[in-house]
Amino acid sequence: MGPAKKINNAAIEVRGLAKRFGEVQAVAGVDFKVLPGELFGFLGPNGSGKTTTINMLTGLARPDAGAIRIEGIDCIKTPRATQHLIGVVPDESNLYPELTGFDNLCFCAALYGMGKTERRARARELLEAFDLAEAADRRFAGYSKGMKRKLTIAAGIIHSPKILFLDEPTTGIDVASARQSRQRVAKLHENGTTIFLTTHYIEEAERLCDRIAFIVSGRIVQIDTIANLVQPVREKHVVHISCSNGFRDMLGGLTEAFPRLTFVTPEQGVVRVEADGPIHVGPLVRFLEDQGIEVFEARKIKPSLEDVFIKITGLAAEVMRKEKEKRGGGR
Amino acid sequence: MKLWIAFWNILLKDMRTYYLKPPNISWGLVFPLAWTGMFFIKSGSGLGSIPAVLPGVVAVSILFGTTSMLAVTVTFEKKNRSFERLLLAPLPLEVLMLAKTSGAILFGAANAFVPVAMAAFLVDLSQVAWGVFVPAVFLIAVVSTFLGLTIAVAVSEVFEAQTFSNFFRFPMIFLCGLFFPIDKLPVFLKPLSYALPLTYGADVLHGAVHGGHVLPFSTDLAVLGAFCIGLFMLSLWNIKKRWIL
Repeated sequence: MGPAKKINNAAIEVRGLAKRFGEVQAVAGVDFKVLPGELFGFLGPNGSGKTTTINMLTGLARPDAGAIRIEGIDCIKTPRATQHLIGVVPDESNLYPELTGFDNLCFCAALYGMGKTERRARARELLEAFDLAEAADRRFAGYSKGMKRKLTIAAGIIHSPKILFLDEPTTGIDVASARQSRQRVAKLHENGTTIFLTTHYIEEAERLCDRIAFIVSGRIVQIDTIANLVQPVREKHVVHISCSNGFRDMLGGLTEAFPRLTFVTPEQGVVRVEADGPIHVGPLVRFLEDQGIEVFEARKIKPSLEDVFIKITGLAAEVMRKEKEKRGGGR
Repeated sequence: MKLWIAFWNILLKDMRTYYLKPPNISWGLVFPLAWTGMFFIKSGSGLGSIPAVLPGVVAVSILFGTTSMLAVTVTFEKKNRSFERLLLAPLPLEVLMLAKTSGAILFGAANAFVPVAMAAFLVDLSQVAWGVFVPAVFLIAVVSTFLGLTIAVAVSEVFEAQTFSNFFRFPMIFLCGLFFPIDKLPVFLKPLSYALPLTYGADVLHGAVHGGHVLPFSTDLAVLGAFCIGLFMLSLWNIKKRWIL
């Protein structure tokens, strides 16, 4: 691999990145910068271009247009020149089913030129760190989903990369494994690893990320820190009312009766009420009941990043998360 | 970056993991042995026919062994996405693909010596020009592997790789002078014979075993070398085009 010059100090810099698959414009002129040591979240609905962007950043896909620099190295001119700097945890485990957990990690370490003693020690260290030491000699094919995910993350960091790409690291795994994986990601972040994270779990992004970019239909619609993103919705007053079906027909009547309030239906059986000031729930419930709608619960919601996400993407994050879980198994 | 560590470990993993996979055993070992038996019985001239049949059997063993191996090591890994892990490693694509193909080359070369070892028990092989035979075996293994690689890269399922390989492998048995002399083929098939790499490999093997070669050894080996380079470059181009979308 030829030497390449560093020309700036961003860990990742992307300008005008575009990729089309036939009729579908998967990524349409994306621009962003990730600073060294930053944990950068990349959020968007299914098919919004997250994985395609990661594939282009990691050299698994060739952009149609745009520029990518990783640690200042031009990845368009020298697509494989940054491979030693990056670690990748793909959205699906891609380790070797025939090999044991230990052999998988040793093999991945060997791909980065690590000597036998070094790679065996590193593999043991990571198996220990991810609570997989007891399964070290079992074949990867026999691992549970959570174990597979953890070993895939371990394989992604086997060579202690400066920049780590995590594509949906906790999708489809159990709560304990997800928590452990998040703790590990947080620790890597503390230790100065630059992390590029895509996830469907908004609360995960909110908990871990320094900054977040929202991508919708291949375009970045907003990039900012969590605090700045959440600020406009933090001042909102929000109430979720759970009720029987049929309220969709009432939305017009509700808006007319309560002009100060905004009503949306993020998912079936839920009315989301927003206002700039306090919301009086009593009149609302009475109105709905008068219309023959049964109200089960009304509760105040503390606005979060999820609200920003819903607002920006125009989709119910909860619905998307459920869809994703149906595909990837329970979390 | 110590490239040799990555190279050696890719080769070792493929050898450990894939050498005894069912497609390799059936197509790489059982099938050539069945062909050996068939031609030996069909020739009807007893042990005396072995030197004439041996070059063809050796070439078939290499061809089927290497191409079967590639269908597993490359197509299977592409299908289950573990090949992505190799593409993400800091290795030049050329080194990566040489590492992936080395296991098949060694498997093909080892396959070649199975019928040789069997023949050694039955006839005197002291007349064989081993100095030509061994390099020919190696070059046939390389060219067959790269032919297999070209096919493995062009498809997405293991069964497709095996089926597509047969599309090339079976005609080559008849067209490349393995068991039937090329000059006995219909005129319109002869140009096709000389467009296939195995023709040159079989010619060297015939020359090395019983002196019945048509072209000079140097020409045969040079053409084989050219095929090796051409097919390898074609495979690399195809990987970049098809796999790095």
